[in-house]
Amino acid sequence: MKVRVNGETREVRATNLAALIAELDYGEALVATARNQTFVRGKDRAQTQIAEGDEIEILTPRQGG
Amino acid sequence: MGQTNDDPLTFYGERLDSRLLVGTSMYDSPAILADSVRASGAEVVTVSLRREAGGAQAGQSFWSLIKNLGVRVLPNTAGCRTVKEAVTTAEMAREVFETPWIKLEVIGEDDTLQPDVFGLVEAARILNREGFRVFPYTTEDLVVAEKLLGAGCEVLMPWGAPIGSGRGLNNPYGLRSLRAHFPGVPLVVDAGIGAPSHAAAAMEMGYDAILLNTAIAKAGDAVAMAHAFKLAVTAGREAFLAGPMEARDMASPSTPVFGRAFT
Repeated sequence: MKVRVNGETREVRATNLAALIAELDYGEALVATARNQTFVRGKDRAQTQIAEGDEIEILTPRQGG
Repeated sequence: MGQTNDDPLTFYGERLDSRLLVGTSMYDSPAILADSVRASGAEVVTVSLRREAGGAQAGQSFWSLIKNLGVRVLPNTAGCRTVKEAVTTAEMAREVFETPWIKLEVIGEDDTLQPDVFGLVEAARILNREGFRVFPYTTEDLVVAEKLLGAGCEVLMPWGAPIGSGRGLNNPYGLRSLRAHFPGVPLVVDAGIGAPSHAAAAMEMGYDAILLNTAIAKAGDAVAMAHAFKLAVTAGREAFLAGPMEARDMASPSTPVFGRAFT
């Protein structure tokens, strides 16, 4: 299935957001997630199904002004 | 007085002793960032969320560094251009940084990074309803300020000048007017500060605090500049509390005229 992750098209096997994070090697990293511009809480990732063409954002802490 | 315990600053019921808030971007190294934050005396630093590929560690090591500084974080929604983007980013930041505080930016113009004040008010209303403590990055516009307060904001952060420009206070009259109209609201000049004198000038007007990033991070010696800003903010605050004299158009001799020789 093709989805867009952080603006890039990826071919992935995962069918839910938690599995996608594991598949993309985020491991235990502290991340925040959104699916199609809607925030998905960490505890809801496993129940959040992903579908062809979804736009997924996986963000991490960064410097800011 | 100034940055001491007898003149605290309060944001949403949270008491702070330092009136300088600093950004964490653009430092030459993590060590210089950490030393600069310490030298500034800031108790609040701004942070963001950004994309990072799986397996990369930049975000995690940055977050460890910030946590070790023992400061409070104010996440931002920098770069967001729509209400939806800003609200979603704020929700993501609340979970990662474990704080309801959010520096709300909705950018409306590329050259000046001027806030889209219409989107800002709408996003502020949504986020306040969701329990956030919103710090809106706004202009000195009085009507927008009133609407932000009506949307539930208890702090306002007008710009001094465009982000990163270092131009100082572009509209001193407007900033003075904003201060006068909202005497009980914590007001923070955020953005555009280039030199400690700019920060002192805003504090002398009665602004409650200063938020800046580039002026420290891009200084020749960031750590020394951070300390200079700490002193300037303290000096400006003490001057405001002391009551600066009124400017006048004509000279007035400071040495007594009475008793002058050769008269």
